[in-house]
Amino acid sequence: MNDTTIWITIFALGVGTFLIRFSFLGILAGKELPDWLIRHLRYVPVAVLPGLVAPLVAWPAATGGALDPARAFAALTALIIGAWFRSVIGAVFGGMAALYLAQLVLA
Amino acid sequence: MGGAYWQGFRAGAPFVLVIAPFGLLFGVVATEAGLDITQTMAMTILVIAGASQFAVVQLLTEQAPVFVAVLTGLAINMRMAMYSASLTPHLGKAAFWKRALVSFFMVDQNYALSIAEFESNPDRPMPEKLAYYFGAVTPLAPLWFLFSYIGAVAGKAIPPEFALDFAVPITFIALITPALRSLPHVSAAFVSVVVALALAWIPYNGGLMLAAVLAMITGAAVEKKLGQIA
Repeated sequence: MNDTTIWITIFALGVGTFLIRFSFLGILAGKELPDWLIRHLRYVPVAVLPGLVAPLVAWPAATGGALDPARAFAALTALIIGAWFRSVIGAVFGGMAALYLAQLVLA
Repeated sequence: MGGAYWQGFRAGAPFVLVIAPFGLLFGVVATEAGLDITQTMAMTILVIAGASQFAVVQLLTEQAPVFVAVLTGLAINMRMAMYSASLTPHLGKAAFWKRALVSFFMVDQNYALSIAEFESNPDRPMPEKLAYYFGAVTPLAPLWFLFSYIGAVAGKAIPPEFALDFAVPITFIALITPALRSLPHVSAAFVSVVVALALAWIPYNGGLMLAAVLAMITGAAVEKKLGQIA
């Protein structure tokens, strides 16, 4: 990964994200979104992020791609805290605490 | 006007508790991934959308091609097209440069606060709505920048025993699980996970792209089905 690659990525993401934010406010001058499109856009975050996470949990790079009990336990803890308490920060700290605890116990 | 600004400011302030640790973590993760401090700050200031920033940095460390990294980041940010559309009836009459500023500083928190306020008080004059919106983002954006910077500077000092490689998946799980609030959301997430794992062998993260599209269609289809029953 060289500097040019990183800079291209940063600018493409920055400009693209601005255009998404500006789309209806600026460019499309307040056209109504069709219902079917709104219905799909609603699910974009839950469609992208779980698919991104799943391989990272199943095959962590840090263990050479082998399923790691400590990391799996941490992911499960974060999932339960997030779903149960609806707390983003609680899930982050709980998940990392579970990871350290599991590494300590399993070491 | 000033009243509306400070009303927004007070509403946004508690979210500092969420923004600060994420900013810190982004700074750490980005520098670990090989971005220097200038690049980390450029990304954090130009993009101001944490989830997409984490995703792009993660994909760059996996040596994914640039277009895959950027497309994934933009896909995560597509939800903001919906925000843009729903703000337009309230702020669409503002001057062009003000609408550009509204767009630049659009984040989940100030959007959610503003749209709730605008819908409960639709007759408020547009300048007051604008003031509220910018008030709500005032405590958030500068702290996002500041804590990214602290993380980027401190990052190299954090030893590998802290297993920060796994902070990224944990962060994504934390961000997404509170959103799993209905059957369509849960169905979409389930399809996303299963397809991404099953198609992980496709090069250039093609599996993730397919998983996202199928999951989105699933969520929308389940929603429609449930709506027809009700």
